[in-house]
Amino acid sequence: MKISEVRDILGASVIAGEDHLDRSASVGAASDLMSDLLRCARAGVIILSGLNTVQAVRTAIISGAVALVLVRNKQPDEEMVAQARAHGMPLLCSAHSLFAACGMLFREGLRGVDEPPSPE
Amino acid sequence: MPSLTRRFMISPRDFVRAGEVSIEIQGLLKGIGFPAEIISRACICAYEAEMNVVIHGGKGTATLTLDEDHIIIEVEDDGPGIEDIELAFQEGYSTAGEEVREMGFGAGMGLPNIRKNADTVELRSEKNKGAYLRMSFSVKRER
Repeated sequence: MKISEVRDILGASVIAGEDHLDRSASVGAASDLMSDLLRCARAGVIILSGLNTVQAVRTAIISGAVALVLVRNKQPDEEMVAQARAHGMPLLCSAHSLFAACGMLFREGLRGVDEPPSPE
Repeated sequence: MPSLTRRFMISPRDFVRAGEVSIEIQGLLKGIGFPAEIISRACICAYEAEMNVVIHGGKGTATLTLDEDHIIIEVEDDGPGIEDIELAFQEGYSTAGEEVREMGFGAGMGLPNIRKNADTVELRSEKNKGAYLRMSFSVKRER
């Protein structure tokens, strides 16, 4: 699932990484706990989180994530945007709750890290 | 694989910069051309260890050593140390405060994540004597 599709499904705004929306997410992971996300690290993961600190961006970078989606209308601060830009990490903001955002992406075919990857 | 040693400083309680060292290590390892899988494991461990120093430690350092077959990351600090090392490796056990939890850390998964991702882990610590953590990653490891 391309990041641009994720943007459309979630009605999300793109705050950083506009040039990388053609990347594909093969699996999704969602948590406000950074260590939980680090457990889900793998190539092609897209991260959804309600944690709007710079650590969420760093966790996405360390995890090799293709994008970070902030949910519940959380807005990133300047440091988060700067880090995301510096590392080419698409940073999206959605008004949906974490639960609803995950459900919407799942419905469209994106699966979790504990299931076989969805077709690209 | 080239032989190399690099040392990085980690500042305690600096939550804005926390993680910068691990991202620098990630950049270095990518630049050298290690396989993505080993970089991922090494950097997850570096990040968890770096966060532990920022959360609990005093002044700390991370040392990256590369030899022909291994990535070795040593993280040391002069903080309060760990009283019960076995307990510290238990999933969900944490002594971190509320402020740390609000930042998405301190859920008691740091050391368990390190044990899961590193090929060898050595942790030495005593109360009030800081902590020394050595993690190694075998480049030729069969998984």
